[in-house]
Amino acid sequence: MSRLSELTHDWQDHSYAFLDEASKRELRRKILKAIAIPGYQVPYASREVPMARGWGTGGLQVTLTLVAPHDTVKVIDQGADDSVNAANIRRFIARVAGAATTTDTLRCTLLQSRHRIPEERLLEGQILILQVPEPEPLRGVETSSAASAVLHADADYGLMWLSLYEQIVRHRRVILGASYPVMVGGRYIMAPSPIPRWDVPMLHQAAHLTILSAGREKRLYAVPPYTDVRPLEFDDVPFRIEDQGGEVCYRTGAGHKFLNELPQDDGSSRFELSDSGYGEKLLRRQAGETVEIGATYYDERGGFYHDDLLR
Amino acid sequence: MTTFSADFSTRASQPPIQLEPPRLEIAQPILEVRDLNKSYGSVRALEEVSLELYPREVLGVVGESGSGKSTLLRVLNLEEQPEGGEYHLGIPPYEGRNLLQLERFERRALRVKHIGIVYQNPHLGLRMNNTSSGNVAERLVIAGERRFHALRAAARGSLEVSEFPISRMDDPPRKLSGGMQQRVQLAKAIALKPALLLLDEPTTGLDVSVQALVLDTLRRLQRDLGIAMLVVSHDLGVIRTLSDRVVVMRHGRVVESGLTDQVLEDPQHPYTQQLVHAKL
Repeated sequence: MSRLSELTHDWQDHSYAFLDEASKRELRRKILKAIAIPGYQVPYASREVPMARGWGTGGLQVTLTLVAPHDTVKVIDQGADDSVNAANIRRFIARVAGAATTTDTLRCTLLQSRHRIPEERLLEGQILILQVPEPEPLRGVETSSAASAVLHADADYGLMWLSLYEQIVRHRRVILGASYPVMVGGRYIMAPSPIPRWDVPMLHQAAHLTILSAGREKRLYAVPPYTDVRPLEFDDVPFRIEDQGGEVCYRTGAGHKFLNELPQDDGSSRFELSDSGYGEKLLRRQAGETVEIGATYYDERGGFYHDDLLR
Repeated sequence: MTTFSADFSTRASQPPIQLEPPRLEIAQPILEVRDLNKSYGSVRALEEVSLELYPREVLGVVGESGSGKSTLLRVLNLEEQPEGGEYHLGIPPYEGRNLLQLERFERRALRVKHIGIVYQNPHLGLRMNNTSSGNVAERLVIAGERRFHALRAAARGSLEVSEFPISRMDDPPRKLSGGMQQRVQLAKAIALKPALLLLDEPTTGLDVSVQALVLDTLRRLQRDLGIAMLVVSHDLGVIRTLSDRVVVMRHGRVVESGLTDQVLEDPQHPYTQQLVHAKL
């Protein structure tokens, strides 16, 4: 007969991965619900984390809920692993969960991101957690969230199409840059968090699971693996990704990737890969190291990896 | 004298001429409501209201404020659920069904595709900050059109038919005059060639000359498209101009109905008499 103390771990003055067990249980249930209804916004009780709302608390809560000691975590902010926000979140997760961290997209199991999806293809079993400031895709056209809920329930998306129509009438093209509305599984319109249009096709029929979480707005939603995610487009005015203008990264020489523009003192500008983890690997390979670099969503000639979506 | 009487007798001996009943009586009504009831608390807005509307016909509904005209129109537009009664439309998938028992999805599909409505207040029918052409195009989008150029062409066509100045088709209704706003509403209402057009005081609030122009457009549309229309108005002039038949409502009840000229020239019900005499 064993004593009770042998079956439990030693007393701790904190719970594993910061959030208490009840909160994580609630979040897991809400995440399962979100996965079961792709694109549907599930309300949840957003808990306090040691970070201000609006700085990625939604994403952090999901990461803390899912993380386990055997996980490897990568955190990026606008594609960069080394920005202050990303570095702080990564260090916090490592400290409270004892998980390993990495900047290598291929090696991570959990990837928390703000505003970007990496250039290298995410694979089965990986989970992408996107921080979302505004989960409601209809906010721009319908200010009342009660009314938006009814529109979602009825799949009454005329207003969203109307806004696209008017952008084309006024500007001859759709002027939405980030957070381009997408139709998930042919049912719900979803805001894919403020990722650039460049990243939107990456969600379509993706091998990985995507969870999007808005801490301030207290809602989360998900795109399960191999789900249709189609940007809203008119049949004769197709969806377009950003044109990178033939520019290449000045450090790695990589082209047809999403680039950051760096204004120079003389008024010109240089361009650099937005995905710093990928850029780092390219540089190391150029320095002669053997580095495993995964297949990218866009190839060297700008072709997308599957031809179902982009025309 | 004798010849006269002989003449009469020969006429009497001939078989009576078979008169064709009026066209309206032959056709199946496109709209039929039976025993509608609706009350707001203690106020009875509709009491046992029954009426028919025949294809290509314009039916006027007159009555003072609070007589239940607008409630009737909201019920016909499936915006409001009455307490009892039946509502039938002679449109293929919905024939023989009581439309008051449709599910909300079906109700919405029916409203978008087969019923057009023009409100007295354009704020109810239009998105004031979107473009006028967008307001019209929205209906087509909801019906499933996904080609931008087709939407644009249809919006333009519909606005042209309602005699809206095309150069202003991308202005928001907020910046348009009252008459133009009504034309945008009209274009939106007829964009999908509905079977039924409901007009709620379409020209009230417009000045007299604009009123005449809008009425003119409505008459021409009715002639060209052959839509069955139901016009609610307290203005007998509008009713006389537009409608073939008229029903008079008071306190939620239909007190008199008949051909427009007949009712307005020779009103039978004391309330109708009062109404007709009240018109200067």
